[in-house]
Parts: sequence; structure tokens; C-alpha cells
Amino acid sequence: MAVPPAIALQALAHRYGDHQALDDVSFDVAAGEIFGLLGPNGGGKTTLFRVLATLLPVQRGRATLAGFDVAGDPEAVRRAIGVTFQSPSLDKKLTVAENLKHQAHLYGLSGATMRTRIDDLLAKLSLSDRRSDRVESLSGGMQRRVEIAKGLLHEPRVLLLDEPSAGLDPGARHDLWRYLAQLRAEAEVTVLVTTHLMDEAERCDRLAILDRGRIVALGTPDELRSSVGGDCLTIRGDRPDELARRIAERFQVHSQRVGDALRIERERGHDLLRELVDAFPGEIESIALGKPTLEDVFIARTGHRFWDDAKGESSRQSAVGSRQ
Amino acid sequence: MRSFWLPVWTLSQRELVRFFRQRTRIVGALGQPILFWILFGAGLRGSFQAPKWADRSMSYQEYFTPGVAVMILMFTAIFSTISIIEDRREGFLQGVLVAPISRTALVFGKLCGGTVLAVAQAAAFLLIGPALAWLGLAPTIETGGGMGLLDVLFLFGFMTLLAFALTALGYAIAWPMDSTHGFHAIMSIFLMPMWLLSGAFFPGEGSTWLSWVIRLNPLTYGVAGLRRLMYPERTFGMTPDLPALGPSVLVTVLFCAVCVTLSIRLTRRRTSKDAR
Repeated sequence: MAVPPAIALQALAHRYGDHQALDDVSFDVAAGEIFGLLGPNGGGKTTLFRVLATLLPVQRGRATLAGFDVAGDPEAVRRAIGVTFQSPSLDKKLTVAENLKHQAHLYGLSGATMRTRIDDLLAKLSLSDRRSDRVESLSGGMQRRVEIAKGLLHEPRVLLLDEPSAGLDPGARHDLWRYLAQLRAEAEVTVLVTTHLMDEAERCDRLAILDRGRIVALGTPDELRSSVGGDCLTIRGDRPDELARRIAERFQVHSQRVGDALRIERERGHDLLRELVDAFPGEIESIALGKPTLEDVFIARTGHRFWDDAKGESSRQSAVGSRQ
Repeated sequence: MRSFWLPVWTLSQRELVRFFRQRTRIVGALGQPILFWILFGAGLRGSFQAPKWADRSMSYQEYFTPGVAVMILMFTAIFSTISIIEDRREGFLQGVLVAPISRTALVFGKLCGGTVLAVAQAAAFLLIGPALAWLGLAPTIETGGGMGLLDVLFLFGFMTLLAFALTALGYAIAWPMDSTHGFHAIMSIFLMPMWLLSGAFFPGEGSTWLSWVIRLNPLTYGVAGLRRLMYPERTFGMTPDLPALGPSVLVTVLFCAVCVTLSIRLTRRRTSKDAR
């Protein structure tokens, strides 16, 4: 590669006490990419985010951002990155402009340079007319934009965003992504964004799926989807294990138990669907056929559902709970 | 140098702006001590005996004046550091922690902001307090009578030093805390008694153990220093609750150094807590 990667992780690992929050995480993000970290809550994405933002120390492995080593030269990393946290980092008692001024000073900017940057960013993020308003009077979407403006003030090469659309309505979320795409085009910023939303992950150039601290899939959204067979069948019934055994016996088809449902990945799923309904009319309560989604990719790679809402998953749920 | 002082300047400026936008804080930090001063002064007028070190008779209110000034320094300084808990909870702090500034600059930003607020309010009290004599709310106090410009400067310098020490003490307590409730608990079982037993409120000459506690309390030296600097003309005796000026300044400098070092040490430790 001619251009060195904007972010490079090699076998990064992180523990909190006994809990392995990150395990052997390696990937590269090319300059100018919008890269997504998709995973359920407790999957390790926020830990990874915090290590990259230099808030947590690198315990094992290596991470470089914009060519600087996170462990060896955190100061240089901090200058090179803009960080937008999941929870707001704005002072709500201060105005938009005051928040940006303090941020600029923290990054060593002052005087005319600072004022020009603030004016430009406010214009770019359509906030110019709100500059003298207190942050607490702004809508959630606008606050998030101020937050992003804050992260971009010192012209970082890499922008890290943790769950940027948390708490935003769909309209504001759409706007946010429009701004990100625009930024990438105009300022050639590399963007790393964590999310637990499938539709948000779809908008990334490439993404890594994290589960229980490990990377379970890495690629463009299209590559990931096409890695899962042709179609996905989801079958619900009273006795899923019994049904799975009988399906295997009769059709030599492997089905995966996911929560209280069975899942089958297969080309020409509609043929199998017809045969299954004919063969087990009494055992099948419902059956659904769909093209694979990123959620299917997640299930295919991990063997469990993205959301821990099924009864059978309660043991895992408590395990996740104890990690926090 | 600029990369250190620009963040310090901007963070302390933020403290001041936030303070003036929360009017109730001004009332709380200045109003309550003045009220105490008037009420205790009126209530204890009859029963108060001038301490042994006094060169002549002294009203309780006069005795109490430096104590109230220290109370204002302490309350303002310490309440401004509670904001570190709010900054952590509201998220502002995480933005500062990922900025390319040293954590020592973060500490100094908080301490400078808190100190300016504390000194300004204590000075306001020292001007307003004696003026209340005109309204009959206080006896006439001779403070300031024999003070030259240099004496005023020394007084301000010492108040700044003491405020810096107290802000740092509050900071070191607040930094590891998650909630302001915990801070209030520490306030009532540790900080308030520390003030009560500093010679600010009563001389404590009657009991041996009390005079020892007073002697070992670093704040005693703050109150004593302030008391002596307020009366440059007068010659007070030396007792456990009123050490001489030299030791007072020395102990306050040491106290300040210990609190500031502790604050910096705590803040420089990078723990997973910072990432919350």
C-alpha cells in the first residue's frame, strides 16, 4: 500500500479484571474510509473506542493512529484524532461558540485562526445562527452536530465517533450521516464509528463485527452479506430441537438453533420452504424466508442472536451484565 | 509554556462563567457565612470572653471575622471543585481528557478558577462586613484601620495561597468520587469540623485535647495567618490556637504543596474510571 493505513490494530487485547473485553483484535482502516464497528452492547466496541481515544491504556498488542503509536506517543495521537463520545461532552451552561472556543484553546488554537475555524465549521454544520445560544436550549440533533464540530476543530486526520446517533430521531440520524459523507469527501477525514444499528452499519465502507471482544467478520457490507448463503429461513415451532433433528434426517440440512427459533442458510430457500411446510405441517408454527441481512451475518458467525431478548439466552445475558 | 497555560486559562475562565450563570451559588457561598457572622455575633456577644492572646477586649464578631473569611474561602473553593464530579458525570471531562494537554494543566485550570472565585468572595465579605456596622448589624470593628497598601497586598497574597490549598484539598476529595452525595458526607464529617477546630469559631483554650487538635489542624495556621495580617499594627500573644505569622505562612505553604501534589498525582493516574 502506498498510503499507510489511518488506523492499524495488531492483536489488541484488553482485560478488566477477569473479563476479557477485547481479544486478539486486528484490522487496518485505510485513509479516507468510513469504517464501522458493529456489535451488541458489551461486545467490546466501546472498550476498543476508548483504547483508541487514549483513555484506556494499551495492555497487549499494538495500535497506531495516523502513524502514531497509541501506547508510545499518546500526545501525538490526541493531536491527530477528533473524538465524539456517546454521552455528550458539551458544557450545557455555555453557548455553542463558548464550547468551541474552550475546545480550540485545549488544542492550542487561538486568535484569528480559531475564529475562522469556528465560523467555517458552524457554517458547514448549519449552526451559524445558533452560535450564541446555550447548548441546553438546542435539540439533540443539533447538540450532536456541535459535538462533531468540537471534534473537527483542530482538523484531525481521524475522527472517532462512539454511537453517534444514540438518542437521535431518524431525521437527525439521516442528516448526521449526510454530514459524515460530506466531511469525508471535503476534508479527507478517516472516520471510525461504533454502532449497534444495522442500518447505520450498512452506510459504512467497511465494517468489523465485534462479539464478546473478538472480530467475527470483516469486510464491506455487501461482502459480508454474500458470505452468508443465498437465503435465510427462520422457523419457529414448539420443540425446535426435535424439529432440527427431523429436518436433518429427512433433508440432510443443517439448521442452527438461535434462541427459540431454527435458522437455515441455503440457496433456493423457497424450494426448501415448500418442502418443509409439506413435511412438518404440525410442528412448524411459522416460517420466514429472507435475503440475508447484517444481522444474519452476525448470527451465522456467532451462533446467537444480536439482541439478547430470547429466554434461552438468559444465561448469556447475565454474563453480559457482569461485564459492565 | 503556552501549551500549558492556554488550557489552564481557558478552563479557569470556564469556571468563572459557569459560576456567574448560577446565581444561587453566589448567594449560598457568600450569604450564609455573612448570616452566621451576624447571628452568632449577636447571640454570643454577652457570653464571649476575649481570648488570652488578645491585647485588649474584643467582641465575638470581631474575633469571628477572620474565621468567616476562611469559611467563605473554604466553601467557595470546595464547592467549585464539586464541579469536577459534575463534569465527569455530564461528560465534559472526557473531552478534556482526550485533548492533547497535560493532566497537570487540567488540575491547575480547576484550582485557579476556584481560587479566583474564593478570594473574590472573601474580599467582598471583608469589605461588606465592617460596613454592616453602619446598619447596626455589627459592632464597629477596627479592621483595616492601620493597613497600608503593602499590608493589603500581603493579606490578598495569603488568602490566595490559602484558597489554592483549600481548592486543592476539595479537588483531591472530589476527583475519585462518583456522586456529589459522597462529597456532602465528607463535607460534614471532615471539612466542617476542620473549620470548627481551627480557631475560627472559638479559641479552644479550656481543654487540653481540644488545644492539641487545634494545634495539629493545618487550617489553624491559615486562620491565624489571616488574623495576624488583618491587624498588622497589633501585637497578639502566641498560643496554640494563634501561632506566630512565620509558622502560619510556612504551614500553609506546606499544606498547599501537599494538597496540590496529591491532586496532581490522583489525576495523572490513568484508570478505567476516566473512560466512563
